Amino acid sequence: MKLLKLLDVARQSLLKNKTRSALTMFGIIIGVAAVIVMMAMGTGAQKNIEERISAMGTNLLMIRNGTNQRGGISRGAGSMRSLTMEDADAIRAEADLVEAVSPTVSVSGQVIGAGQNWFTQTIGVHYDYLFNRSWDLFEGNMFSDSELRARSKVAVLGGTVAENLFPDQSPIGLSIRIRNVPFKIIGVLDKKGQSNFGRDQDDVILIPITTAMFRLSGGRKWVNDIYASAISTDTAEAAEEQVTEILRRKHKLVDGQDNDFNIRTQTELTEMFTSTTQALTQLLMWIAFVSLVVGGVGVMNIMLVSVTERTREIGVRVSVGARGSDIMIQFLIEAVALSLSGGMIGVLLSWGVANFMQNSQGMTMIIESWVVAAALGVSVSIGLIFGLFPAYKAAQLDPIDALRHE
Amino acid sequence: MPSVIQTAGLRKTYQLAEPVHALRKVDITIEQGEFVAIMGASGSGKSTLMNIIGCLDRPTEGSYQLDGTEVSGLDRNQRADIRNQKIGFVFQGFNLLARTSALANVELPLVYQRTRRFKNSAKRAAECLERVGLKDRMDHHPSQLSGGQQQRVAIARALVNQPALILADEPTGNLDTKTSLDIMGLFQELNAEGVTILIVTHEPEISHYTKRCIEMRDGLVVADKQIENRRDAREDLANFTSVTSL
Ligand SMILES: Nc1ncnc2c1ncn2[C@@H]1O[C@H](COP(=O)(O)OP(=O)(O)O)[C@@H](O)[C@H]1O
Ligand SMILES: [Mg+2]
Repeated sequence: MKLLKLLDVARQSLLKNKTRSALTMFGIIIGVAAVIVMMAMGTGAQKNIEERISAMGTNLLMIRNGTNQRGGISRGAGSMRSLTMEDADAIRAEADLVEAVSPTVSVSGQVIGAGQNWFTQTIGVHYDYLFNRSWDLFEGNMFSDSELRARSKVAVLGGTVAENLFPDQSPIGLSIRIRNVPFKIIGVLDKKGQSNFGRDQDDVILIPITTAMFRLSGGRKWVNDIYASAISTDTAEAAEEQVTEILRRKHKLVDGQDNDFNIRTQTELTEMFTSTTQALTQLLMWIAFVSLVVGGVGVMNIMLVSVTERTREIGVRVSVGARGSDIMIQFLIEAVALSLSGGMIGVLLSWGVANFMQNSQGMTMIIESWVVAAALGVSVSIGLIFGLFPAYKAAQLDPIDALRHE
Repeated sequence: MPSVIQTAGLRKTYQLAEPVHALRKVDITIEQGEFVAIMGASGSGKSTLMNIIGCLDRPTEGSYQLDGTEVSGLDRNQRADIRNQKIGFVFQGFNLLARTSALANVELPLVYQRTRRFKNSAKRAAECLERVGLKDRMDHHPSQLSGGQQQRVAIARALVNQPALILADEPTGNLDTKTSLDIMGLFQELNAEGVTILIVTHEPEISHYTKRCIEMRDGLVVADKQIENRRDAREDLANFTSVTSL
């Protein structure tokens, strides 16, 4: 029996029962659409994370204070106060695999500007901080080397701070008070948006680290973080080792003693976030898989009904010379046609849903072609697997009983 | 030329609580060009014999040669191929595929042909429909045809593979007198063209249009005689119509 004929027979019998075919396909449609949408969400989220992490700065090394462990009780990340300005200077001088080293000092508190109050985070930084974080200025300038040395009272505002304190004017040249100390605004940063932790990265004010240490924090010695950039992605790991060696030497740590700091590279950060999204994607994939199996059971159910209903038809076909295998192939093709059509409609549906979510919800949705191919492949397999039993039943019917069937 | 049908010691026993002997020892020979009626009371084994002759079933015992080939020991697939190549069935209930055109129904046996005897199956099916007088009904579905027309489509389907034998189980059972005569007329015509036909019927009038009558009782052949004063269905139909139109 020619394949073309078989396909035609399948097409006709599915069209004869349009409503039932449509209802049967429903499970597959939803399952396939769900799989593709989940994957599109997962891939989109992954891409987002990669973009955000690279927006944190290229080849960034984040050096943080170690965590105090006293009697096994953690006192919070970075609770040690081991990093100093001298450490940053040593890295800058000795580590030839890193460039642009910027220590930071965080000072939170009330900020007043143009008669408005705003509670924000002020960070004392080296001017290289902008390079570390791949951050550009929206307007104005970053402070200079001489301003850094002079502990000048100058500030560069993040986009959110500028908008809230000076909604209708450029703040350049105006002044603000941070913890009651007046600062002159010399620049405004480009907007960066939310961080991976959901924090608004633009809700910040940058001032020279020297000013932060000596004018706002009463001459503190330790710094919060040290940002550095590896000179290339390939040498990022070597740079991490180099910095580790310098800091251990500066901190006079002997062999066997733990680091009193830790270093995060961008690759590690990426991996950290990727693994969470992957876990989520996997969970969603399982749900989608279950709905596909449910769809498959629907196909099987309908095919069994169809075999019973068409017992006489089977009898007639067998009486004119159809072999068991012809009958089996016919029903298998019908089952596959059913599930594959469902799969194709599911692909179209998922495409619509993904577009909708991207346009109206601002989610990044990426449908990869292999996912579509896999979903269609799964649809075909479901038709084959769940169509097998009904098809086998049809092929085993006794022609005499089948012809006599009412 | 071999006999179309030659059975020897055909038995069929159904193993129920106690065995049912549907056929007990049937020896019949039917030659090419015969037109045979099998008669008998209900339960006498007519359908069982038909099913075995039609290769839908296998005898429990005995031999059966169809067109010179021993077929009693063939497996399912081989029997399917024999049905496809050598046998045409006509059923009491027509057994046409619903919502399928007359042409596609007639073409059905050729869909399953493994020998490629008929290359252009649609053309062959159209020829057969023309032969039974339904040239202008090819695209009609069974529901759009009268009972007589449906049985004509079924006969065209039985003819389509140029079978050695046409088997008809109560072909007029669902038809009124006039249509029955019409169908018997068609069978007579086909037989005159050389087609071997075997019909099962419980109506003695129907057997008068055949050439030979085999009578069965309790799984045995009890009578086997040539029909004398064979009637002509076309003539009877003409008389019947003129009587009823008075
Ligand atoms: N599948 C079957 N299982 C058991 N007994 C059967 C079966 N088919 C037919 N019989 C029995 O065999 C006998 C002959 O039946 P059948 O050939 O159908 O007779 P007919 O067609 O002459 O009415 C009957 O007694 C019937 O009950
Ligand atoms: Mg019977």
